[in-house]
Amino acid sequence: MLKKKVKASLILENGRVFTGMAFGYIKETVGEVVFTTNMTGYQETLTDPSYAGQIVVMTFPLIGNYGINLEDMESRKPFLRGFIVREKCDVPNNWRCEMDLEGFLRQNKVMGLEGIDTRALTRVLRDNGTMKGIITTRAKDLTQSQIKQKFDTYTNRHAVEEVTIPEKYVLNGNGPHFAVLDFGIKHSILKELNKRGCKLTVFPAFTTAEEILECKPDVLFLANGPGDPEDVPSAVENVKKIIDAGLPILGICLGNQIVALALGCKTKRLKFGHHGGNHPVREVDTGKVFVTSQNHEFVVCDLTNDVEASFININDNSIEGIRHKTKPIYTVQFHPEASPGPLDVQFLFNKFVKMSEGVRRNA
Amino acid sequence: MPKDNSIKKVLVIGSGPIVIGQAAEFDYSGTQACRSIKEEGIEVVLINSNPATIMTDIGMAHYTYIEPLTIDFIEKVIAKERPDSIIAGMGGQTGLNMSCELYDSGILDKYHVRVIGTSIDSIKEGEDRDKFKNLMERTNQPIVESDIVTSVEEGVEYAYSIGFPVVVRPAYTLGGTGGGICKNEGELRSILTQGLHLSRVGQCLIEKSIAGWKEIEFEVMRDGAGNCITICSMENVDPVGVHTGDSIVVAPALTLTDKEYQMLRKAAINIINSIEIKGGCNIQFALDPNSYKYAVIEINPRVSRSSALASKATGYPIAKVASKIALGYNLDEIPNAVTGKTTACFEPTIDYCVLKFPRWPFDKFFGAKRTLGTKMMATGEIMSIGSSFEAALLKGIRSLEIGQYGLERISSKKKTIEELKKSVVSPDDERIFDLAEMLRRDYKVEKVCQITGMDLFFVEKIRGLVEMEEDLKTLTLEELDKDTLALYKKKGFSDKAIAKMLGCEPPDVYALRKKWNIMPVYKMVDTCAGEFEAVTPYYYSCYEEEDEVVVSDKKKVMVIGSGPIRIGQGIEFDYCSVHCVNALKKAGIETLIVNNNPETVSTDFDTSDKLYFEPLTEEDVLNIAEREKPDGVILQFGGQTAIKLAKFFDEMNIPIFGTKAKDIDAAEDREKFDAILEELNIKRPKGKGVWSVDEGIKVAENLGFPVLVRPSYVLGGQGMEITHSKPELVQYLEEAFYKDSKNPVLIDRYLAGREIEVDAICDGEDVYIPGIMEHLERAGVHSGDSISIYPPQHISDDIKKAIMDETRRISVALDVIGMINIQFIEYKGELNIIEVNPRSSRTVPYITKVTGVPVIDIATRVMLGAKLKDMGYGTAIAPESKVVAVKVPVFSTEKLPKVEVSLGPEMRSTGEVLGVGYNLHNALYKGFTAAGMTIPEQGSTILATVTRKEQENFAALAERFAKMGCRFIATKGTAACLKAHGIKVQTVKKISEGVPNVLDVIRSGVVDLIVDIPRKANNANSDGFKIRRTAVESSITIITAMDTVTAMCEVMEKKIDRDKLDIFDLNRDIAK
Repeated sequence: MLKKKVKASLILENGRVFTGMAFGYIKETVGEVVFTTNMTGYQETLTDPSYAGQIVVMTFPLIGNYGINLEDMESRKPFLRGFIVREKCDVPNNWRCEMDLEGFLRQNKVMGLEGIDTRALTRVLRDNGTMKGIITTRAKDLTQSQIKQKFDTYTNRHAVEEVTIPEKYVLNGNGPHFAVLDFGIKHSILKELNKRGCKLTVFPAFTTAEEILECKPDVLFLANGPGDPEDVPSAVENVKKIIDAGLPILGICLGNQIVALALGCKTKRLKFGHHGGNHPVREVDTGKVFVTSQNHEFVVCDLTNDVEASFININDNSIEGIRHKTKPIYTVQFHPEASPGPLDVQFLFNKFVKMSEGVRRNA
Repeated sequence: MPKDNSIKKVLVIGSGPIVIGQAAEFDYSGTQACRSIKEEGIEVVLINSNPATIMTDIGMAHYTYIEPLTIDFIEKVIAKERPDSIIAGMGGQTGLNMSCELYDSGILDKYHVRVIGTSIDSIKEGEDRDKFKNLMERTNQPIVESDIVTSVEEGVEYAYSIGFPVVVRPAYTLGGTGGGICKNEGELRSILTQGLHLSRVGQCLIEKSIAGWKEIEFEVMRDGAGNCITICSMENVDPVGVHTGDSIVVAPALTLTDKEYQMLRKAAINIINSIEIKGGCNIQFALDPNSYKYAVIEINPRVSRSSALASKATGYPIAKVASKIALGYNLDEIPNAVTGKTTACFEPTIDYCVLKFPRWPFDKFFGAKRTLGTKMMATGEIMSIGSSFEAALLKGIRSLEIGQYGLERISSKKKTIEELKKSVVSPDDERIFDLAEMLRRDYKVEKVCQITGMDLFFVEKIRGLVEMEEDLKTLTLEELDKDTLALYKKKGFSDKAIAKMLGCEPPDVYALRKKWNIMPVYKMVDTCAGEFEAVTPYYYSCYEEEDEVVVSDKKKVMVIGSGPIRIGQGIEFDYCSVHCVNALKKAGIETLIVNNNPETVSTDFDTSDKLYFEPLTEEDVLNIAEREKPDGVILQFGGQTAIKLAKFFDEMNIPIFGTKAKDIDAAEDREKFDAILEELNIKRPKGKGVWSVDEGIKVAENLGFPVLVRPSYVLGGQGMEITHSKPELVQYLEEAFYKDSKNPVLIDRYLAGREIEVDAICDGEDVYIPGIMEHLERAGVHSGDSISIYPPQHISDDIKKAIMDETRRISVALDVIGMINIQFIEYKGELNIIEVNPRSSRTVPYITKVTGVPVIDIATRVMLGAKLKDMGYGTAIAPESKVVAVKVPVFSTEKLPKVEVSLGPEMRSTGEVLGVGYNLHNALYKGFTAAGMTIPEQGSTILATVTRKEQENFAALAERFAKMGCRFIATKGTAACLKAHGIKVQTVKKISEGVPNVLDVIRSGVVDLIVDIPRKANNANSDGFKIRRTAVESSITIITAMDTVTAMCEVMEKKIDRDKLDIFDLNRDIAK
């Protein structure tokens, strides 16, 4: 089959344009452009719902080397708006390889852009902060006002709605019962909990507190997910109610931020986020440093008196985990499930399970 | 935990001479260790026998001992300096072994020295075979199942228990000789029978075969608090079966899914946690390409060759951080030198592709067995950085300086497809070119993967490059369009390769690039893929959009490095390059270094103001020069690699500091140089090029035998021989003209005189000689392979005067500005010049250290325009030191099957050691000891096999040895001669005379020293050749030159008491 190569450009909000070749599903796309420094795990990145609404740039130049398999999916499909690589691999190889990168993007209607100076783009984002971008094959035809209009109409405020599930479902287990709020949960989190015997009732993101409590869970688990936590005020309100009901709360990433808001703390946007598998965090209690997988635009700040930091990022001192001083509330900003990234903090899942078991025994 | 303040004085052990498997990487790590300990206000005591290193420089450590790396001498240093701590992991395997021995022998306890960093117990868990096995079991880590067997039945039984295929490795044979892969019992029986026979100890290792598994390495770090990070992953392009030192390696691993990568990373961290590493560690894995199965192959609980590579690949200073950890710091307390803001507790992430390509010595060792296996054969390596695998590979290939600019290789083209197939299955140094050639002939990619075990990802990339080469051949220069050229440049093609494919000249391609503005940009190596602002001035080129180099308008000089370590161009030139940079910095000049060797100090990002990690080809260097517009380039310190760029720079109007291109040419061109000598009335051995056997005989008879003969088309002494008689000459000439009748053979008069060498500095008027070096072996042995003595012991004042005079006249006549190296022969009271090199030489570090004259500093200033007179030097020979220092060569021939061992006009040594004493014999004693040579004692057995011509001379020496209680074993002729002199000798059979013969005697281990004086070298079928090979493969000291035997005899006669020998601190006792 003859594949026709089509030129495409990334137009950034600040006017900078990078031109390369389109691949995958060729269309015009607008998104918030973020870069991730993970060297492996592009498939997990592609299928991480937390990237909903974003155009993801891989800083590692060679992407697609081992193809795509059906086992390493982190969700039912990619939710990101675009995928930018220096060089995509057309002839991948791995014993588990089932498709190639381009085919996967085509099937999932994701626009790809390859062959641009991804390091230069990364530096732009680093220096200027995350900004919106358009990937288009007709950059020359677009007028300034058309471009502006596209940026202005872009919004990612409904990202959680887009990625969450329509109906609750149950994953059985003999251990503690986790009520999981799916803001865009990665499958690895479910696997890690389920593997440890947890029974998981996974709820759509906007399920009411009452409905959640009705199933008598031992603990509420708040998943990762895309976007700004302030865009999901109803979730925050629900969590407040559940906290008041005395249920222990655990969470990862967006879940961490929502808990923080529910506890009266604040969140703020980072200049260009943390996306990668090499972020060192210090556990406050032990002083030990762990290398973690991260993917967030927002961080928790301005802790209230009831709340303390459990983990601190040692690069920028941002808060990477919080806990309530008296209540069983414990959440982290980074991703103990990794996928992609290092497995150094996987032990936190044991802690999660232990916390919920403790609650059950005391109950 | 912060710094441990009880540490006040630390002993650092270096790795000794450069040998295959232990090269410049330990100078780099040792230097980083010394610096980072020193900057904490802690005193550093250093011992290393290798004088060519930066780490043994004056001022690098507080106390520097260039002494033999043996327990006795290290104990002397400990007793004298009384360090409170020792750091074990900075001096390679040597440093590690020495540390363990010091610990085991109780010396550390005796002097209250504690081990900082990774403990000896931890080290042993990694190093000791059984402990390693236990460790792996304890941590649930799979290893390759193996066991040692001593009989065929035992082996067969074991093989069934682990399952076929299995690998048989006979113990103590070189390069796995006699081993092999067995797919069934029949094969096992035959191979094992042979293997048990060949093994000196009658043992074979039976190992489950994992041939074809991926070989993946991780560089990991752990601090005392248990914080662990991985610095870098590396993947061997050649799968398990080829030593990682002989493999093409990429960083990071390119073919692993995140699941596979994290599985191995986690295993690596579990391992270093369980043995409580405090510092760096290297872990090698084999990974089944068809499942999640993996095995831990080995762990190195120290900095290593791979950690040097990982440091340079990521920008993370592993040795420096490991040293800080040893001092008590935790990773998160050590600042990150790259960002200047964050800490060392993070994992580098990179946004480019790094490739390591080994540099093998087979260009020097013609006739060597080139098959790569489980024993490393490469002497050095290059690293290349590209924005893609293809670009890194092509940059890598042209960095090797093997005349290759692309994948198309003439020798591969000549092979049939069957030959190519055979070659890629049992790989040698040309595998990648043979593999490319197969693909060029439309051989199936999948089949290549199947027979080589290489991942399809890599083979497909190579196929893509071959296709691009072939596509280009269908075009002409005129047809080439801008986009196509830009694409080829982006993929890493050099102008030279493009020109070759198009059938034009490189300048044509360059002109097009200029016209279309297709120029490289330079990107920073910053450990963080651009996420944080970095301050590392460390760059590589690629054809992308944005250039990150900030070019200053300061006065700046570009220093060209010397590339990979190889025979004849070793670590000495890195030493020179680094010192040149230091001198320039001192003069307030901005320094740029260009080099491609990841093992070196010069490629540390804080050595120069800017580091360009690039190939040292005309194009790559020109690109940098055009970008940076330096005030000039310095070529004199980068060996031939740099010097050969002189003409090109001249043509491109880039100013050269120091001797001009035309003058370099005059020194290197035989005819021009002869004319100059003629004019100056300076003697050189007479000689002539001849075109026929008859002409040769006439010329030789005219000159008088012996004569030195060599083909005119090779450099570096290859194929050079001394012929003593007409029949010998005729035989040589007949063979030479049979091989190549189109080029003349050069015949020179051979002067069996004293060889003398000087390095001198000339400013155009004055000439300063830091010191005169005398060679112990007479002319005929390559200067790099002979023992060098300073100050000279047998040279009269008149000759010294003559040396000064001739050196001055030649230097001035050649318009030398900077360094010159001259080799003389003193023959019958007269000086003859045999060679002139208008550059820094391999003796410069040695002479710098033993004289205390800052040779490179002076030379650099001279190149910048300073005058020797104004610096207080003028025309003179520096005053001679009181101590005698000898430089003794060290060889790696035992690691290179079928390579000739005996000394001759071709250089074979890989490294050198220094011996220092108050007199020559004490110095020699130390030199021999440091070089690992056995000095015979009373009761020692000497095996002698001496060519007829030298037998009488040897007999005289043998009498002296015998008097001291040595016993002799000799082959028939030599034995007869010894008997005639009344020396008791046991005659041993020659190889052809049946068993037990001379080889069996050597292998039996009863011989302490072998004296083998050959008539003629390089004949692999001769008894002598086999004797010499067997000697080195059995690790028995062998001497092949009469002068060395004499020196050995004299040293023995001095009855030197090791316990009473002085040790010398470089700072206080030698260089003043």
